[in-house]
Amino acid sequence: MNTFIVVAIILIALGFAYNWGARASRSVANRTGAKMHSRPIYYGVYVMLWCAVPAALVLVLYLVFQPMIVDAVIGGYLPADVAADPGATRTAMRNIEAIASGYGIIGDVEPYQQDAADALSAFTLTARLALIALAAAAAIGGLVFAQRQIHPSFRARNRVELAIKVLLLTCSAIAILTTVGIVLSVLSEAIRFFTFVHPFDFFFGTTWNPRFSSTGTGGQGEYGLLPLLWGTMMITIIAMVVAVPIGLMAAIYLSEYAGPKFRFVAKPLLEVLAGIPTIVYGFFALVTVGPFLSRLGDVVGLDINATSALTAGIVMGIMIIPFVSSLSDDIISQVPQAMRNGSFGLGATQSETIRKVILPAALPGIVGAFLLAVSRAVGETMIVVLAAGNSPVLTANPFEAVSTVTVTIVNQLTGDTDFASPQSLVAFALGLTLFVITLCLNVVAIYIVKKYREQYE
Amino acid sequence: MAITSPDSAISGGFGTSNRDLIARRLAARHRSERMFRAVGLGAILLGISLVGILFGSILSKGIPAFTQATFHLDVAFDPEVLRIPERPQKAADQSVAEFNQELLSWQRRLRTANWNRLIQEAIAAKIPAAADNARDAIGLVASNERVKLWEMVEDNPAIMGTTQPVSLIASANVDVWLKGNIDRTLEQRYQQLSALQQQWSDALYEEGVISMDFSTVLFTNVDSRSSPATAGLLGAIVGSVMMMAIVMVVAVPIGVMAAIYLEEFAPKNRLTDFIEVNINNLAAVPSIVFGLLGAAVFINFLGLPLSAPLVGGLVLSLMTLPTVIIASRASLRAVPPSIRQAALGVGASPTQAMFHHTLPLAVPGMLTGAIIGVAQALGETAPLLLIGMNAFVASVPSTPLDQSSALPVQIYLWQGNELRNFFEARTSAAIIVLLAVMISLNALAIVLRHRFERRW
Repeated sequence: MNTFIVVAIILIALGFAYNWGARASRSVANRTGAKMHSRPIYYGVYVMLWCAVPAALVLVLYLVFQPMIVDAVIGGYLPADVAADPGATRTAMRNIEAIASGYGIIGDVEPYQQDAADALSAFTLTARLALIALAAAAAIGGLVFAQRQIHPSFRARNRVELAIKVLLLTCSAIAILTTVGIVLSVLSEAIRFFTFVHPFDFFFGTTWNPRFSSTGTGGQGEYGLLPLLWGTMMITIIAMVVAVPIGLMAAIYLSEYAGPKFRFVAKPLLEVLAGIPTIVYGFFALVTVGPFLSRLGDVVGLDINATSALTAGIVMGIMIIPFVSSLSDDIISQVPQAMRNGSFGLGATQSETIRKVILPAALPGIVGAFLLAVSRAVGETMIVVLAAGNSPVLTANPFEAVSTVTVTIVNQLTGDTDFASPQSLVAFALGLTLFVITLCLNVVAIYIVKKYREQYE
Repeated sequence: MAITSPDSAISGGFGTSNRDLIARRLAARHRSERMFRAVGLGAILLGISLVGILFGSILSKGIPAFTQATFHLDVAFDPEVLRIPERPQKAADQSVAEFNQELLSWQRRLRTANWNRLIQEAIAAKIPAAADNARDAIGLVASNERVKLWEMVEDNPAIMGTTQPVSLIASANVDVWLKGNIDRTLEQRYQQLSALQQQWSDALYEEGVISMDFSTVLFTNVDSRSSPATAGLLGAIVGSVMMMAIVMVVAVPIGVMAAIYLEEFAPKNRLTDFIEVNINNLAAVPSIVFGLLGAAVFINFLGLPLSAPLVGGLVLSLMTLPTVIIASRASLRAVPPSIRQAALGVGASPTQAMFHHTLPLAVPGMLTGAIIGVAQALGETAPLLLIGMNAFVASVPSTPLDQSSALPVQIYLWQGNELRNFFEARTSAAIIVLLAVMISLNALAIVLRHRFERRW
């Protein structure tokens, strides 16, 4: 309710400022008889901006400094013995705030608490009033300042458009800030990890055994990346073996053979696979595909784990099919029709044209698509968390449980707040590895696809 | 093609044996053509049938979980059994804190009253043997269902001493037993229900005291560990809705504005190129890396609370941003340049041309992109695990800073529950809810596209 009133007051004030500016520009125009540079709406918005921005700044400053000032106000009333003990200080602060808010506390109120609470409520009241007065002063100051500038030759539209441009630029800078944030946060925590474990032991170690920090007996444990990297690679390879033939053949059929009606129905149906959340694939792998493969193994006489590299790889492959097929579809349809016609003219059948002319011509693009799919598979998390079995050992047998980089990140870092031990910091070193691998794949892939597009444009 | 007909000009040149050779080769080539085509069609059909298998498997497992074994009992609220004191009233000289403390202790007294006895007596009214086997009888009803009884008393103290019809959810084991999700021939020592309970469950089901009712608790309850049968999705749904709202408020406007800048105002220079490469890369960064960013920046550096929808929403917003930017740019580019040029020609500034003419025409496309981005964010799990959302939360968040769960995370938690027989179906039901929301969002996007799409 309170927030609602505040919002309403702000909106009314802004509307008033806008109106004020627009009206002022009209009256200036009438008085001087000159033609204004911009339309009244721009003078209105200009005044409104000058009204809103200073007031907002005041508000932000208050929000930043308010907790510190409150602490300072209460701090003066605390007896020495309470102030010396951080725990007691916190309790006292809480009690004082409860008394000041009128809720009260259980038990007797100590005199110093009552005094502090009175001071706090007095301060809160003054601070509120001061804030309102300051914000209002800032708003009115801005209003007056902006209104004084209104003049027939004043370019209000250009100013407003500049403000809009700054806003737009800020928004696109957020994309860069995100990348910077990722790199900085992951890198700095990874460097902290490398103060515990030598980078050589991490990148070339063959044992993964990060013991629990809570027991305190296990020491630091061993952090060899290779078993995880191998698990990731194995699952990715299996996924690609599943996804690339199916996806590529589907794309070829859709773009070269299928009629418009078939395409209209089949393409969205296939793309449903791309919209399904990965956790659903993980569950599907765990309860349907895994047991099925395990039973199949019994029939054929193979020992297949229900949660294994094979299970995770196959299901991940299914997930990537639409990714491969729609990218390849785009790329194949970009091959110029003249090349097809030339091949047909020489008497080649359609499949010969596809295999010997179109695919070689589209190869760079398809390789790009393939790399993007690999990067997708490497970074995929939930399917492997559920279906790969989480056993970080170096094994060449795809029927056994493995672990991957992403699974280990989830295992090592679920809801930790203090990143002090190598056990949780290692997640950032793994994240850095993952980020660098996928970044390289993406950069190369995007470059190839772009070059390929330019070739036929 | 020309070679198939025995054309004189060709046959003259090759001779009979060559003609046979060509005819044979031709047959082989046509065979391989048919094969190739069949393989292509097969790949598509395989892909589509995989969609079918996936949906079939989830639906067949999940649909039964939407109904649940429910007791319909007449419960006698016996004051002698319950012995609950009067509800305290606030005295004039009491502080609010003290009154609340007294009220809490009264509520605690209410909660610890012998509700089990009431349930046992109500069951004994149907099966006399239950009067002597308290443990077996109480074990039939989900343990959290006692809450329903004390809430009835708290809401309306007048029902003390009367008999009321009450529907109570049966325990998970009864549900599993009656639905046949456990092998009934299994040896007794592997069974979750005692022999008596099995017998009673069957008898009560025959009599209609237990019936399979629509499981409203799935939507009205929060997660529960002690009482799996009453575990619901409400907390997760509210958490997910909050995060989606944050994504819509944060990612969509920022993404659209960034797209406008890049399409219309960005000068052709290094910085713009860098932003562009950056956005393309961000779109392909694994989602779990965004989780690491959230853990390091929002939680560790800014000190925001763990498992909060605010943090989850911000992480998902950053993740969705590239999708929204790319879709918005595509729809801005799809507006014919002639419209912009016409606006510029009659004296509009570039900003005016954009906001008055180009942007309104691009809005439907942007909306479609935004909805698809939000749907994608809804299903994302991995980054949420890293910001602490894998914690067990048994409450509905009332603000975005409260602890909360989310739909995909709830699925992750339920699939790991050790009560496999019961939770496999429950998880599938949660997946059906998630997929239903996602499919409706995507359908909305398609409808919007078809409705407002313009061909130039």
